[in-house]
Amino acid sequence: MGLRSYLDKKIAPHFHEGGKYEKYYTFYEMFDTMLYSPDSVTRSGAHVRDGLDLKRIMMTVWFCTFPAILFGLWNTGYQANMQIAELGASPIAGWRSDLVMALTGFDPNSMLANFLHGAVYYIPILLTVYIGGFIWEGLFAWKRGHEVNEGFFVTGILFTLILPPAIPLWQVFLGISFGVVIGKEVFGGTGKNFLNPALVGRAFLYFAYPAQMSGDAVWTAVDNFSGATSLSLAASGHLNYAADLTANALNEGAAAATASLAWMNTFLGNIQGSIGETSTLAILIGGAALLLTKIASWRIVLGVFLGMVGMSAIFNAVGSDTNFMFDMPWYWHLTVGGFAFGMIFMATDPVSASMTNTGKYIFGALIGVMTVLIRVINPAFPEGIMLAILFGNLCAPLIDYFVTQANIRRRLRRTGGVA
Amino acid sequence: MFEHYLSLFVRAVFVENMALAFFLGMCTFIAVSKKISTAIGLGVAVVVVLTITVPVNNLLLTYLLNEGALSWTGIPELAKLDLRFLGLLSYIGVIAALVQILEMTLDKYVPSLYNALGIFLPLITVNCAIMGASLFMVERDYNFGESVVYGLGAGTGWALAITLLAGIREKLKYSDVPDGLKGLGITFITVGLMSLGFMSFSGVQL
Repeated sequence: MGLRSYLDKKIAPHFHEGGKYEKYYTFYEMFDTMLYSPDSVTRSGAHVRDGLDLKRIMMTVWFCTFPAILFGLWNTGYQANMQIAELGASPIAGWRSDLVMALTGFDPNSMLANFLHGAVYYIPILLTVYIGGFIWEGLFAWKRGHEVNEGFFVTGILFTLILPPAIPLWQVFLGISFGVVIGKEVFGGTGKNFLNPALVGRAFLYFAYPAQMSGDAVWTAVDNFSGATSLSLAASGHLNYAADLTANALNEGAAAATASLAWMNTFLGNIQGSIGETSTLAILIGGAALLLTKIASWRIVLGVFLGMVGMSAIFNAVGSDTNFMFDMPWYWHLTVGGFAFGMIFMATDPVSASMTNTGKYIFGALIGVMTVLIRVINPAFPEGIMLAILFGNLCAPLIDYFVTQANIRRRLRRTGGVA
Repeated sequence: MFEHYLSLFVRAVFVENMALAFFLGMCTFIAVSKKISTAIGLGVAVVVVLTITVPVNNLLLTYLLNEGALSWTGIPELAKLDLRFLGLLSYIGVIAALVQILEMTLDKYVPSLYNALGIFLPLITVNCAIMGASLFMVERDYNFGESVVYGLGAGTGWALAITLLAGIREKLKYSDVPDGLKGLGITFITVGLMSLGFMSFSGVQL
C-alpha cells in the first residue's frame, strides 16, 4: 500500500478543493482510478455495485486486443519485408526504413526484423491516436467537469488496429479527433454516444481520403507494391474456394505476388490488411477472453455470425456468372477482411449496440447480413463490416424500442390488460 | 419486369434515400422526430401521400403537360402545346388537393388514423420530399408503373429514416450534450452521422 498512501498523503491534497492544482483534478482522478478502484460509495437509492466497474471493463477489452496487436506488429513488418525481399519492392524512404535498415535489415525470416519493421509504423500511429484522443477527451472532461474516461483508451486502441500501416499521421490525428469529438464527446462522452467512435473516425477517413484508406496498395508499407487484397482477389474471381484449405489457391491471371493465398493464410493472418484485423486466430483468442468475462455479449457475436452464414448461404445458392463474390463460402467471409475484428470488438460495443437480449440477436444478425450484402452486391466498397456496424448502430435504438413494446404488449395480454 | 420494379424500390428506399441521401423534407424530418410513435405516424402518412401523388402527377404529365400530351383530344392546336412550364404549379396543386381529399376521407372512414396523424397530414403538403419525388419522377422519365413503385419506395425510405432518427433521439434523451448544441444543433450532427451510416448503400448495383 506504499503507493496508495503516497498518493493519498502527498499527491491527492494538491488536487482536491483548495489545493494548488484544483483545476486539474479531472486528470489526477483519471490516473488514480486507473491504478485503484475508487472507494466512494453511493449513499442513497438502490445501486448495484460490482468490482468490475467501467474502468475495469475498458482495461479488460484493452488487454484482449493484445494478441491482435502483437500479431499485427509482426505481420505488418513481415508483409513489408517479404515484398522487399522476394518481389523487389522498395521500402518507403524516411526515418522508419533508415532505422530498420540500421538495426535489423529487411529480412522476412527474422522475427525481430519483422517486429521492428511493424513497430516503426505502429508505434507512431498509436502515439498519435493516444495524444490526439487524450487532448480531446481531456479538454472536454476538464471544461465540462466530468471524469476522464477510459473509453478513449479502448476507442484509441481499436482505432489503431483498423488503419492501414502506412497512413499519414496527420490523417490518423484527424480521424481520431473526428471520432472522439463528433462521434462521442458532443453527445456527452462515454456511454452517451450512439455510434461506435472508432468506426466513426475510420468512416470519416474512408470517405474523406479514399486514396490512403482503400484499394490494394495501401495495406503494405512499401513503395511500388504489387498484389491485391484477399477481398479484391475474391471480387475478381481469383480465389479458389474449393481448393484444399491449406493449399495455395490461385487461378491464372492474378499477379504472381498473390499466388499463395490459402484459407489457412487468411485464418492465421499472414496476409495484407489493416494492422490488427488480418489474423482471425489472434482476434478469436482475445475474443474468447471477452466472451468468458461476459464483457462482450455472446448474443451479438452469435447474431453477427449467423447473419453472415445465412446471407452467404443464400448468395451461394443463388449464384451468379458475373459476380464472383456470390460464391464465397461463409468460412472465407469469416476470415478475409475485417469481419472477425468487427464481430468481436466493434459490434459488441455495449454503448452503441442494442440493449435488450432479443434485440442483440436482431442487431447482430442485421450486421452480419449487411456485411455480406455490401461485400457481394456493392462494387463501390470491397469491405462492408465497418459500414454494416455503423448501420446497425443506427438501427439499435429502434430495435430496442420494438422489442420492449412487444414485451409490454405480451405482458398486457397476460394480465388481461389490467395494469 | 418484377426484378426491375424491385430494384427501383430498393434503390428508392436505401440508395437514394430522400432524407439521408438528398436531405429533402428536412423541416418535418427534424421537427417531428422526437417520439417514435409520432414519427411512425408521420412516416405512414408520407408513404400514403407519395404513393398517390407521384402516379397522379405522372398521369398529369403524360396526358396534359408534356409536349404533345394533348394529342388525345384530337385537336391539332392543342396537340402542339408544350405546357411543361406549368409543371411546378400543377404538381403542388395536385399534392395539396390530394392531401385535402385524403384528410377528409380518413376523417370520415378511419377516424383513429386521422386522429393519430393530426396536424402532420396537412403539413406534409409543403414537405419538399413529396414535391421532390414528383420532380425526380419527371426528370427520370418514369412511366406510370414505375411512378407507383418509386412513390412507394421514396415514401418508405423517408419513413424509415425518420423512425430511425426518432429512435436515436429517444436514446439521446439521456445524453449530456453541451449547452450550445442542445436541440437542433445535435440533431443536425445526428442526421449527418446517420447519412454516414447510409453511405453503405451508395454504389449498390441492382
